[in-house]
Amino acid sequence: MAIILKDYLDAIQAQVLTPDINTSEISIVDGYVSDMLSDVMGTAKEGQVWITIMRHMNTVAVASMTNIPCVIFAKGLTPDAAVIDRAILEDVCLAASDKQAFDLAGILYKMLGK
Amino acid sequence: MAEYWNVNPDYEISAKSFLADKPEADVSLEFEIAVKDFVNAGKGSAEVKNTLKRLGVDPAILRRIAVASYEAEINVTAHSEGGKMYSYIYDDSVYIRFEDKGPGISNIEQAMVPGWSTADDLVREMGFGAGLGLPNIQKNSDLLHITSEYGSTTTLEIIIYYS
Repeated sequence: MAIILKDYLDAIQAQVLTPDINTSEISIVDGYVSDMLSDVMGTAKEGQVWITIMRHMNTVAVASMTNIPCVIFAKGLTPDAAVIDRAILEDVCLAASDKQAFDLAGILYKMLGK
Repeated sequence: MAEYWNVNPDYEISAKSFLADKPEADVSLEFEIAVKDFVNAGKGSAEVKNTLKRLGVDPAILRRIAVASYEAEINVTAHSEGGKMYSYIYDDSVYIRFEDKGPGISNIEQAMVPGWSTADDLVREMGFGAGLGLPNIQKNSDLLHITSEYGSTTTLEIIIYYS
């Protein structure tokens, strides 16, 4: 089952950091939770939302390399402006939510009907 | 000089003959990789990925190439005294070579073991250094060749075919 990214972002009351990316057109089929970038590189798949507290430049690079369409920063963490700029360039949606990773994953899990 | 090979049996003949001949590439790209420069590391891989995307390479293959080359770029910035990334794009494959200035890998076989890492605290704080870099490169490439001498330089070569 796939859901629309925008619906998930609304559900987690996310602050979208890359407003130019149209989240209504992005389809999400799964999620991945990890703060270890090499683990994400090795395991995460296209079409997954990545939930993390890692918010430096390499997070965007990893998302871009692995075709992850959206990174959610948990616990209200937000990256520097330079990171957001890079994400816009790489067409990676960034969003921040006050919820913690467990809750963010749980909401997605439920919405995906898993 | 220590050496490590891993070749996908389906491509063994073409990959080895490629390395023997090193034909001229359609597109060549060169990137400098600086020590512990985690901001710029990845730009070389992004350029390769974007070039191949324009050429219409399948997204799943593109992902393999991007992951393998990005991990290698991170390895050079995280573990070496700096180096260079040379990318050669062909109509059926991509060949990427990373050459660093040292200090070499003391035991390549051990470095290939998932979970084994010599990364320092800074690298680990960045979310790397899990000992997954080289295994990820191997998993995503059709040929991986590493030559290294402890106390000297390391060269890592990968070939990935588009089909």
